Amino acid sequence: MATTTMRAERDLLGLAAQRRRTGIWLLALTAGLILTGVVAVGSGAIGIPPTTVARIVGHHLLGLPGEVTWTPPQEAIVWQVRLPRVLLGMLVGAGLAVCGVALQAMVRNVLADPYLLGINSGASSGAAAAILFGAGAGFGQYALSTSAFLGALAASLLVFLIARSGGRVTSVRLLLAGVAVGYALYATTSFLIFASGSAEGSRSVMFWLLGSLGLARWDALLAVAAVVLGGTILYLTVAGRRLDVLAIGDETAQTLGVSPARFRIRLLVVVSLSVGVLVSAAGSIGFIGLVVPHLARRIVGSPHVRVVPVAALLGAILLVWADVLARVLLAPQEIPIGIITSLLGAPFLVVLIRRLHASGA
Amino acid sequence: MIEATTVSWRYGANPVIDGVSVTARPGRVLGLIGPNGSGKTTLLRLLYGALRSPSGRVLVDGDDLAGLGSREAARRLAVVVQENGGETALTVAEMVLLGRGPHLSTFQRAGRADHDIAARCLARVGAAHLADRAFTRLSGGERQRVLIARALAQQATHLLLDEPTNHLDIRYQHEILRLVRDLDTCSVVVLHDLNLAARYCDDLVLLGRGGVVAAGTVDEVLDPAVIEPVYGIGIRRLDLDGAIHLLFQPHTAVERTTV
Repeated sequence: MATTTMRAERDLLGLAAQRRRTGIWLLALTAGLILTGVVAVGSGAIGIPPTTVARIVGHHLLGLPGEVTWTPPQEAIVWQVRLPRVLLGMLVGAGLAVCGVALQAMVRNVLADPYLLGINSGASSGAAAAILFGAGAGFGQYALSTSAFLGALAASLLVFLIARSGGRVTSVRLLLAGVAVGYALYATTSFLIFASGSAEGSRSVMFWLLGSLGLARWDALLAVAAVVLGGTILYLTVAGRRLDVLAIGDETAQTLGVSPARFRIRLLVVVSLSVGVLVSAAGSIGFIGLVVPHLARRIVGSPHVRVVPVAALLGAILLVWADVLARVLLAPQEIPIGIITSLLGAPFLVVLIRRLHASGA
Repeated sequence: MIEATTVSWRYGANPVIDGVSVTARPGRVLGLIGPNGSGKTTLLRLLYGALRSPSGRVLVDGDDLAGLGSREAARRLAVVVQENGGETALTVAEMVLLGRGPHLSTFQRAGRADHDIAARCLARVGAAHLADRAFTRLSGGERQRVLIARALAQQATHLLLDEPTNHLDIRYQHEILRLVRDLDTCSVVVLHDLNLAARYCDDLVLLGRGGVVAAGTVDEVLDPAVIEPVYGIGIRRLDLDGAIHLLFQPHTAVERTTV
């Protein structure tokens, strides 16, 4: 008892130590992310040494002088093809992870993931309409992503309207509305594929459904994704304390100065927008949004102000590696990245759950 | 000071609280007592704004509660409710620190002073040794003490507690209520145990079906003639060493009246 009091006075219940630990993890993961980026850009059908990658990127980004020691094809592969793809992978991974964190807190269910609200089903329907029936052709190169985004937006609006009652949105209603809308739109997508009767079209819809970073370019989509997901990560980190109290319960949130109804609606808007953007850019990539939040909590504990940034970094790293595997395993053929994340994610989740129960949580 | 005037609440067609007025005065402990289903918890929830009465109003230090922002309300009212903590894996220290939230701006992190307050409050409920344990793995009584520590960390001018002695063994029942009594805040406590109410409250509101049966000082309300018909049980009151003790006689037939 005496030692506890002593420590309470110096390190205040071990909170300072926890804060230091988080700082170290954040630094380590940031370093890991940079390393991942360099290696991932260098890997693929044509391998490029990390030093060359670093020099090409440095040359483009910072205008570093120095003699050109690389070949033009190398430069094109690094700068035009792989770098935007790796960046998009980081954004999608980070976005899925933090949206998973937010949804798990919002509905108080550890099995919640970003696709819970049926947003991806909406995007899939939109994408299928674009691929099979040329919907959104007026948007030129952005036809697919625009159509998918509109589908996502429609789905989240629908979920929101169903879940809303008397100006409030409750967890249970949200879950049920998400599941219902998800199934309905899944059926719509299947129907579109069936009705089109185009084997090749079906194949590309399937490919898109399973997720791919193949659409990545230096274009407006990448910029939009960067802005939206950057904003989301920032917002969720700042809202960490509110996420903590919301995860405990509505009554507690209310008595600790957070209006659960208003906060939940705000979260819903932020998450829907993010998931809409990233599903439009990369299709449905499963398991990252479900598994990474658990991983992050195991590393730095429960407070969301720590979980959100750690989850973002972890998600980014994991998704880029999954994409490297997708490109390399059957090279030159590319495997949809959703297959990789599900194959790796499922057993991972099983281990996690078994451990969780072993430790009595 | 909390003044509720003619507040009501109904579940479906069933009025639980019907045009009730109560006043909790500064520096005093107000106990809400009454049999099961008499609306004690509902009244408390009306007092801290979890329920909004369609009629009347609730004033906190003269300001309408409905007009206070949720953060401002949380700086004035600290509440201990029966909630199990969900799936959260927060440690006890982190849980108590959340009580500082209403005092921090959106971008502000809890600082040294907040940590100090949290540690002090935890020590005050005799739970300093639990600091790095996971909240959800505590026993019911330990959780209750931690939640009270969190409410204390809120440093609000009013403290509202719903059955704070639930799950507590006899020693902590008395320690927690003694603690509430020694605070200089205006406190409102829902209590089942009339003897605890007799010992630790200053004023009592006795609720019967839908409304207030009696309100006043402990001495006035805990009059067998007043409480016997509400609870439907024979009660003998002993005034021993300046304290009130109630003895219950289940086999005494008392006509239970509907008020």
